[in-house]
Amino acid sequence: MVKTPIYMDNHATTPMDPRVLDEMLPYFTDRFGNAASRSHSFGWEAEEAVHIARKRIAALIGATDREIVFTSGATESDNLAIKGVAEMYRERGNHIITVVTEHKAVLDSCKALARQGFEITWLPVGQDGLVDPDDVENALTDKTILVTIMLANNEIGTIHPIAEIGRRLQNHGVLFHCDATQGVGKIPVNVDALGVDLMSFSAHKIYGPKGCGALYVRRKRPRIRLVPQMDGGGHEHGMRSGTLNVPGIVGFGRACEICREELVDEGLRLTHLRDKLHRGITESLDEVFLNGHPTERLPGSLNLSFANVEGESLMMGLSDVAISSGSACTSASLEPSYVLKALGVSEELAHTSLRFGLGRFNTEKEVDYVVEKVIDVVNKLRDLSPLYEMAKEGVDLKTFEWSESA
Amino acid sequence: MLYGSKALDHYNNPRNVGSLDKNSPDVGTSVVGSPQCGDVMKIQIRVNDQGVIEDAKFKTFGCGSAIASSSLATEWMKGRTLDDALQIKNTDIANELALPPIKIHCSVLVEDAIKAAIRDFKQKQAASGQSDRGISPDSPEIPAELL
Repeated sequence: MVKTPIYMDNHATTPMDPRVLDEMLPYFTDRFGNAASRSHSFGWEAEEAVHIARKRIAALIGATDREIVFTSGATESDNLAIKGVAEMYRERGNHIITVVTEHKAVLDSCKALARQGFEITWLPVGQDGLVDPDDVENALTDKTILVTIMLANNEIGTIHPIAEIGRRLQNHGVLFHCDATQGVGKIPVNVDALGVDLMSFSAHKIYGPKGCGALYVRRKRPRIRLVPQMDGGGHEHGMRSGTLNVPGIVGFGRACEICREELVDEGLRLTHLRDKLHRGITESLDEVFLNGHPTERLPGSLNLSFANVEGESLMMGLSDVAISSGSACTSASLEPSYVLKALGVSEELAHTSLRFGLGRFNTEKEVDYVVEKVIDVVNKLRDLSPLYEMAKEGVDLKTFEWSESA
Repeated sequence: MLYGSKALDHYNNPRNVGSLDKNSPDVGTSVVGSPQCGDVMKIQIRVNDQGVIEDAKFKTFGCGSAIASSSLATEWMKGRTLDDALQIKNTDIANELALPPIKIHCSVLVEDAIKAAIRDFKQKQAASGQSDRGISPDSPEIPAELL
C-alpha cells in the first residue's frame, strides 16, 4: 500500500529536499550574520555563503554570479523585471509584448503598466499552447521595448520556443524577459542559448525553500539596467534593497546544485512516470483529452480533461490525491482556467481538467495507485451522469434546450 | 472544500442511481440545469394508481453537492404522494446536507427537478386522458399552472 494523501501538485510547490534543509539550518542559528555587515566575521561568513549560493544558482542557468539578483520569489522577479525595464527605458518606447497564457504576475504587471499609458500586445497561443515566433516578430514596432514570454506554462507544461524567439529578437534592440519559474531545474536552461536578457525563477519550485527567488539580469551585451521597485540600502547592485535572506539563499543554492547534478536522469524518470500515468488512464477510459503540447512539455506535467464528468466531483472523488483542477468552481466563481480557454478548450472540458504535477519524490507505486483511482472515480461519475446516457441515446448536447433557471 | 458527513455519504454512496423507462405512462422525467453552468440533474419518478411515488431514480452531472442533493431528493420522494413531494423545499435539502452558502444553488436546482418531474408525469396523464390514478386534469388538487 502507498501512503496517502499522495502529493502530485509539484507545479504549485515542491517539498524541500532534506539535503537542502541540512545546509540551511546553521544559517538560522550559529551563522546568523547579515551578509551586508562588513566589519566582523558574522557578516563575512554570511557573505561567503551567499557568494557560494550565487555561483551555484548561476551555474544552473549558464550565467555569472554577478548577474543574479535575489528577490522574495518569482512574482517579485517578474514585477521587478517588467516594471523596472518599463520605467528605465520609457523614453525609448512604450510598447510591450506578452502572451495570454502567462502567469498572473506577468499579466497583472503588464496591466498595471497599461494603466500608466503603456501599449501591451497580448499574443494568442495555438491549440497546443505554443506561441508562434512569427506572431512575436510581427508584433514588433519601433516603440517596442520589452518582450516577456514564459519558458514553460504552469498549467499545461507546454514549453515555448524561447531560443527561437530570442534569435528573432536579436537585432531589434528589444529586451527579452522570460518567466522560467516552471522550467528552471526541470529542463536544461542556458540564458545565452535562450537569448534572454532577464529571467525569473524561484527556489520553492525546485525543492528549495519558499520566499526566495532570483532575477537574472544580463550584464554584458547588452548591460541591462532597471529602476528598483523598492527603496532602501541599495543591495543587489542597487536593484533590490533589503537584507538578504541568507538561509533561504543557501538553500536555493543547494537546490540548484542538486538539480544540475540530477537534471538528465530525473527528467527521464519523470517523463517515464508521466507517460505511464497518461497511458494507464487512457487505456481504460475513453474521451480523455490531453491539454497542451504532446511532446514540447515539462517532464512531470500532465493536464487531462475528462468528458462527461464534472471537475469538482472528480476532485472530491480523488480526495486522497493532491492535484489541482482547471476549474475554479470551488472558489465561488464558475470561471474555468484562462489558460485552457486560450487554447480553445471548451468550457465543459475546461471544467473537467486535472493537472498532475509529478516531482522528485513521486514513485512508480504512487502512479499505479493514482491510475486506478482516477479510472474508478471517472467510471463511477460517468455511470452517474445523465449526459453520458443522453449522448449515447443520440441527443445532441450542444443543441438540446437546457433549462437555466438555477 | 469541506463537506458535511451526510453530504459526503450521499456522494460516496449515492442512493437510487439509475434510469426508468421515460416512455412509460406512469413515469415522470425531468432534466434541469445545463452543462455550461456545470450541473445537469435528471430525476425520474414512477407513480402508482394511488398517486404515490413508488420509485425514484436520478442521474446527475455536477459537483459533490449536486450529486448529494439529488440522491437525498430521491430518498425523500419515495413513498410520498405527489402533493407531499411538492412540499420538499431547497432549504430542507440544504439544511439536511449542511451545504455551504456557495452550494445553495444545487438544492435550488434539485427542487426544480422534483417539480419538473411531477409536472412531466401530470402532463403525460392529462395527455392520455387517464383519470384512474386520481390525478386527471379535472382533479382539483392539481394547481392549474402545472398542467
